[in-house]
Amino acid sequence: MSIMAYNGAAIMAMKGKNCVAIAADTRFGIQAQTVSTKFQKIFELGPRLYIGLAGLATDVQTVSERLKFRVNLYELRENRRVKPKTLLSVVSNLLYERRFGPYFVEPVIAGLDDVTSEPFVASLDLIGCPMVTEDFVVSGTCSEQMYGMCESVWSPDLDPDQLFEAISQALLNAADRDAVSGWGAVVHIIEKDKVTTRTLKARMD
Amino acid sequence: MECLIGIRGKDFVLLASDSVAGRSVVAMKKDHDKMFQLSSKLLMAVTGEGGDTVQFAEYIAKNIQLYRMRNGYDLSTKAAASFTRRNLADYLRSSTPYMVNLLIGGHDDNDGADLYYMDYLGSMVNLPFAVHGYGSFFTLSIMDRYYKEDMTKEQTLALLQRCIDEIHERFIVNLNSFKVKIIDKDGIHVLKDIRPTTKPPVEAEGTQQQQQLMDTA
Repeated sequence: MSIMAYNGAAIMAMKGKNCVAIAADTRFGIQAQTVSTKFQKIFELGPRLYIGLAGLATDVQTVSERLKFRVNLYELRENRRVKPKTLLSVVSNLLYERRFGPYFVEPVIAGLDDVTSEPFVASLDLIGCPMVTEDFVVSGTCSEQMYGMCESVWSPDLDPDQLFEAISQALLNAADRDAVSGWGAVVHIIEKDKVTTRTLKARMD
Repeated sequence: MECLIGIRGKDFVLLASDSVAGRSVVAMKKDHDKMFQLSSKLLMAVTGEGGDTVQFAEYIAKNIQLYRMRNGYDLSTKAAASFTRRNLADYLRSSTPYMVNLLIGGHDDNDGADLYYMDYLGSMVNLPFAVHGYGSFFTLSIMDRYYKEDMTKEQTLALLQRCIDEIHERFIVNLNSFKVKIIDKDGIHVLKDIRPTTKPPVEAEGTQQQQQLMDTA
């Protein structure tokens, strides 16, 4: 029984033309039993900056709370919003501080730079190793399935509507091949002037 | 082997817990109350490691009361549940973690009735109905089928009765009595204990014939 597969999750983020998308399933389960179908795994840390957390549910909640605390202090000191690239370093630091007793989460970051509006996606492992990519990032119990789906549906410079279709199909079909992921899904499309949040009609099994 | 059930109804939360206090294979007490009052409109049902249950529940209850004394008003259900979660999560990685599973039910004027489910690791979720223990495997599907939003007290008690009957029918451990409490805008009300519905004994086929044969022999 792997700790990272105790609760189960499927999270991904994709880059588009002047936009990013981040999506996650909404299952909260304890091994084989599903307890809730409305569990939040994506958290807003700025008007155009979101973090998704896959892994052990208690650590998802703890890390999101502690991270929000750090980001709040940062914004009070610096008197400006945190940049996506900087958030990556903040999360990396938070996780590496617990190098020999880590939080069992694998975060995914998606956002637009506050000043330049440049799209940004990145992911980290549970001890804070950062990885920035130019296309997409995935995290969770069905990561292999998600890699396969993303590689197939993604292409560069998708507009927000095309990006929404791509990320939704990628997430739904990957999660359907994993027993502990799925049971509902939520997608956020982040553009320069607005964020659209949609819940997907998913297989509830 | 313990079971906690929580159901949210129209502006109230119903919490039920089995009343067996057991150690290993012995049922030491049959009318044990596993629910702790955190404040006038907050109730917490606990199961888990012996000792940890009472210690943790009393610790949380006293701290909730302290907040009340310091600030002059009660914590909301959501805040009290978050406080409890933070404590559980902090203790998880200490040398003395608390192995307790909880249901927190409460009512406040802003958010109405709320039910929170928390496992021993500190993952918390707000649910319309929740069950802890092996009983969950028998009852969650029944609740999926028959639960509706904004049920009345009578409907909720009927649903609870269905769940308890199923546990009695199929769970190998005998949980034949449940303590039931309701939290609504007027506070916490203790209801009568609920037992599984007694069914008339079923005579197996052929026993009458066998009895006749035995009598003549």
